[in-house]
Amino acid sequence: MKQAHRNTIIKFENFSFKYRAQTKPTLRDINLEIHEGEKILIAGPSGCGKSTIAHCINGLITARYPGEISGRLTVGGVVPKEEGVFGMSRKVGTVLQDTDGQFIGLTVAEDLAFALENDRVPQEEMRQKVKEVAELVDMTEYLQHSPTALSGGQKQRVSIGGVLTDEVPILVFDEPLANLDPATGRYTMELIDEICKKRDITVVIIEHRLEDVLHRDVDRIVVMSEGRIVADMSPEELLSTEILNSVGVREPLYVSALKHAGANITPDCLPQHIQTMNVEPFREQLHHWYHSTAVEARAISPKPLLEVKNLSFAYDEEEPVLQDVSFTIHEGEMISLVGRNGAGKSTLASLICGFHKPVLGEICLEGEDMTPLSIKERGDKIGLVMQSPNQMISKPMVFEETALGLKVRGVAPEEIEERVNDTLKICGLYPMRNWPISALSFGQKKRVSIASILVMKPKVLILDEPTAGQDYRHYTEIMEFLKRLNQELGLTILMITHDMHLMLEYTDRAMVLADGKLLADDLPSKILTDEELAKKAYLKKTSLYDLAKKAGISDYSDFCQCFMQYERNQIRQKKGDV
Amino acid sequence: MSTLMSYTRKDTPVHRLSGFTKLVFFLLWCITSALTYDTRVLGVMLAISIILFRISKIQWQQIGVVVKVIAFFMILNVLAIFLLSPYQGCTIYQSRTVLFSGIPGHDVTAEELFYFLNMLMKYFIMAPAIFIFLVTTDPSEFAASLNMAGVPYTVGYAISIAIRYIPDIQDDYHKIKNAQEARGIEMSGKARLLQRITRIASILFPLLFSMMERIDVVSNAMELRGFGKHKKRTWYMAKKLTGADVTVLLSTLIFCILALFITFYDGNRFYNPFIG
Repeated sequence: MKQAHRNTIIKFENFSFKYRAQTKPTLRDINLEIHEGEKILIAGPSGCGKSTIAHCINGLITARYPGEISGRLTVGGVVPKEEGVFGMSRKVGTVLQDTDGQFIGLTVAEDLAFALENDRVPQEEMRQKVKEVAELVDMTEYLQHSPTALSGGQKQRVSIGGVLTDEVPILVFDEPLANLDPATGRYTMELIDEICKKRDITVVIIEHRLEDVLHRDVDRIVVMSEGRIVADMSPEELLSTEILNSVGVREPLYVSALKHAGANITPDCLPQHIQTMNVEPFREQLHHWYHSTAVEARAISPKPLLEVKNLSFAYDEEEPVLQDVSFTIHEGEMISLVGRNGAGKSTLASLICGFHKPVLGEICLEGEDMTPLSIKERGDKIGLVMQSPNQMISKPMVFEETALGLKVRGVAPEEIEERVNDTLKICGLYPMRNWPISALSFGQKKRVSIASILVMKPKVLILDEPTAGQDYRHYTEIMEFLKRLNQELGLTILMITHDMHLMLEYTDRAMVLADGKLLADDLPSKILTDEELAKKAYLKKTSLYDLAKKAGISDYSDFCQCFMQYERNQIRQKKGDV
Repeated sequence: MSTLMSYTRKDTPVHRLSGFTKLVFFLLWCITSALTYDTRVLGVMLAISIILFRISKIQWQQIGVVVKVIAFFMILNVLAIFLLSPYQGCTIYQSRTVLFSGIPGHDVTAEELFYFLNMLMKYFIMAPAIFIFLVTTDPSEFAASLNMAGVPYTVGYAISIAIRYIPDIQDDYHKIKNAQEARGIEMSGKARLLQRITRIASILFPLLFSMMERIDVVSNAMELRGFGKHKKRTWYMAKKLTGADVTVLLSTLIFCILALFITFYDGNRFYNPFIG
């Protein structure tokens, strides 16, 4: 709105696109105008076409992903289809979601210089420009470092710096927050904001994690669903509608809570940020709702299942990865293990599975020390599901893959058949048992990788980032499935995650690791409303906390639980209706 | 293993040279030592190789394993020649001085031993040259030096990016191997060979798929930043040729020409001490 007088820099006119391999168009009849210097968020569930829009702008469509275009698209005065990827690289800088994957140079300096090298810029000039950009993104000290050795936030700086060397007028961020811990995600949004102001760049952000993007102002939000634009308005207006809910994009939690309480949010309450929002008109409604929602207490069996005692680990003596970590997991618990990247979460899982030997301390399962057990023997009791199903799947067919663990253990064929079929039924994969795995969706593959572990009847299931990169609908699908396993089979589940929603909504207890130490072990709702702790562990306190504070509700943690209870009841009701 | 054949930043005259110079030196050095059997020339080259190796301060753990592998093949090579053609030396030097005879048909002759000495010298000339190139050249400079030597930059970059991804792939490999082992797929020596091969497949396929994911991402990232736009590109890390480089290049060239001239002067590439 504020840039209304500016020139249009990206313009879609009756634009449609169909990938060659698909029968139906992915984008339908898109009309969208983006002005110079604007900051736009394009949101929508997976498969809505939002990434396709990014590919159209940077020229990957149709250079790399062939297909049919109808209608017209101009970006910075040119037509991407005619310019190709190289032509567009002068106008559009693209930051991909996987920062690790997009590093090309062996050092930060080389990575920053990559685009310049390709443009045949002489060495002297290149060094000068790299220096300038390094200053802009504040990475001057790290020019000689390897990009992989940097922290998450520094990686973001490098990948943004890498596209800035080209002095492009437009930046496209394709899901910049996927795979980031909450603090780094927030930091990324601040960085984008800062750079946009310094350089006066047009920014297009593709993302479904709306609340995290809104950490900083955006000018407009474009909501997509099934290839069409269903909304194009200011954040204030959008948050006052029901559009996000209807397409399956998660609203900011404080907005959901207010709506649950029956509040009629209007743009003049400024709902874009909880800090600046006016919640006074809804105070009474919120209190009423809070007091009328009862929180069910969940009984946890007192029987300890997995005990970790004074565990320490280091690859080399100088740098301890874990220091004196102790905790107990009880039978039937669903627990999250949180902390920033590099805090020692994965190492802890590796120690439990026996991939590494602890320097000190012991791990007991059902009271028995596991030290003498081999990886395979531990694997009978503790199942590990890796982040990407592609890291696990080694057989072409669903049935074969699920049966693999039993087969190598020499289980009789009849028993294998029975157990695999039972497991596939639990996982909702039975009808697909004879399908090739390549024909499955990502979520289904994920379930196959869980089934192939579940079939061995482990006592504890450890999942590494079970919902990474999933939109709200798939996230809910996977988590509801895990919740069911937990409740119906009594399976004990430990999840490594940096998704605060997951932790709050689905786990009974959260353990917080920071710099190799166990910082907290408490109710998720307590952890996420503890400002001090959140800062230390690079977590992000939930916006429900701010809402409760503003509305004068003193028990923040209880308020969060009340919200989660309400949401869970709603999900169950919906299922009941279907 | 992690430091094996890896570059370490040091400040020696050899490290300061451009990668291009070291590559050219390595190539010329190997060609010359492969062509010549002139023991005097080999002796001088060996001395130079050893001195350069000393100057570049290469540590044993950087090359130890590779040296052992080379030594193994060296011994194998010598044994094989002795078994298959025990009188190769006699044919070459057209003389036969039996030192002692044990195995029938396999007399140990001075000529054969002298021939072996020449061969071993070649190994010790070439090995330091390749170590110097690999261990003292910044990997970042690798692609640039290959490109300067006439290799297309896409090829040079492919090598460079492979170096960049080796740690990631190793990491993936360990993760996948561990997870599969936890599922009960044993990789240790206990399993039979055929079983082991089929089980290795259970690591390779997931590894391949995760690598393909990586390749897809990185190739998009490279293209989006203009890789392959022009026939030529510049290099941030390329070292300009300095006076030292030019001196080394010229003296290497002159030395090699001279060495070959001496070698072939008498129409025979072997130096023959047996016929005076």
